[in-house]
Amino acid sequence: MFFVTPAYAEESSAHSEGGDAASQTHTETGVPHEAGHEGGFPPFNSEYYGSQILWLALTFGVFYLIISRVVAPRIGSILEDRQDRIARDLDEASRMKSEADDAIAAYEKELAAAKANAGEIAAQAREKAQAEADAERAASEAELSKKIAAAESRIAEITQSALAEVGVIAEETAASIVEELIGTKATKAEIASAVKGAGK
Amino acid sequence: MSGGKVDPLHQFQIQELVPLHFGDLNLSFTNSSLFMVITVLAASLFLYVATSSRALIPGRLQSTAELSYEFVSNMLRDGAGTAGMRFFPFVFSIFMFVLVANLFGMVPYFFTVTSHIIVTFALAILVIGTVVIYGFWKNGLSFLNIFVPSGVPVALLPLVSLIELVSFLSRPVSLSVRLFANMLAGHITLKVFAGFVGMLGAMGAIGIGGAVLPLLMTVALTGLEFLVAFLQAYVFAVLTCMYINDAVHPGGH
Repeated sequence: MFFVTPAYAEESSAHSEGGDAASQTHTETGVPHEAGHEGGFPPFNSEYYGSQILWLALTFGVFYLIISRVVAPRIGSILEDRQDRIARDLDEASRMKSEADDAIAAYEKELAAAKANAGEIAAQAREKAQAEADAERAASEAELSKKIAAAESRIAEITQSALAEVGVIAEETAASIVEELIGTKATKAEIASAVKGAGK
Repeated sequence: MSGGKVDPLHQFQIQELVPLHFGDLNLSFTNSSLFMVITVLAASLFLYVATSSRALIPGRLQSTAELSYEFVSNMLRDGAGTAGMRFFPFVFSIFMFVLVANLFGMVPYFFTVTSHIIVTFALAILVIGTVVIYGFWKNGLSFLNIFVPSGVPVALLPLVSLIELVSFLSRPVSLSVRLFANMLAGHITLKVFAGFVGMLGAMGAIGIGGAVLPLLMTVALTGLEFLVAFLQAYVFAVLTCMYINDAVHPGGH
């Protein structure tokens, strides 16, 4: 049973006769024990209870102080700082987003205003051009109608005078025809009434 | 070489490094004390150095420290609510101490502080003592409501209260024995299987072939023991949180 490796050589000494617990465990684990353990199963060895409690109290007390005074506040503040920073950055981001939205809205409003303005200007220009054209047309039409009226009145005048001359010519012609035919002169009045009657 | 043997209990042996005897009282600085000091130093240094840069974007070390902080912090908030957060440094200290002590125990030739019942029992008494003292200080006699569950018929009340009392009194025992027994049993098992490797290996060719099995077992157990080391620290801390909950909210049973 006593196979040995260097690693276990250290365990050969410092054992004295063990109690019930020790021999029980040794039997269970199939390892024979030599001179046994001081005070039995080491974890139940009450000889060192006082020492362990004292040193646990000292070390754990110091550890608690370090944790509660230095480490916990420090990590807490690190995490809090990060939380604040994230919240601040998120606020900043949302503020910038709303600014961008405002800018877009303003741009669109201006664009719409410019569009409306342009339409108005175009309409005005169209109206003006229309009015000018209308006025010009009206002027030229007025002139034309004046000319037409003048021409018409002149035509009427000429017709009048022509018609009047027609009667005289007819009378003269009739008088000379009558004279040729019958050798007598008809009176002017007779001829005039005859011409008039023929004209009807 | 000769004369040695595999003794799975040797690793739990306490050795006096600086003997301090006061009459019958033995307060010597032992290997157990040494590893308590190492545990506290290592845990403190780690937490201190890892967070010393206070970086907004944490590095690996700081991330680990923050992770452990938030792990315990969530555990306590879930277990005992916001009112229990005043015990955060306490629970965090317990968790880190037990965890680091357990993990140091995994290093070969290192002493496992938590494998001794007196250490885990002292920690458990510290927890229960804190709970009882704070419970009475905060709630006065209404702290005793933890023994009187609501909605229990009056006829059954004495019996239920007795059961609650017994369960309360057994808390320090179960808390300490669970941690101590897990660490002890795990280390003994590891040592026994590792011992088989050595014994079989000394038997020549066939033995070396046969030693493969316990070697594989030892490797697997080492992994398991790391899990247990963490798990037991976690369990210890979680139960601490739940007991603290009783002190903070004695009615909410």
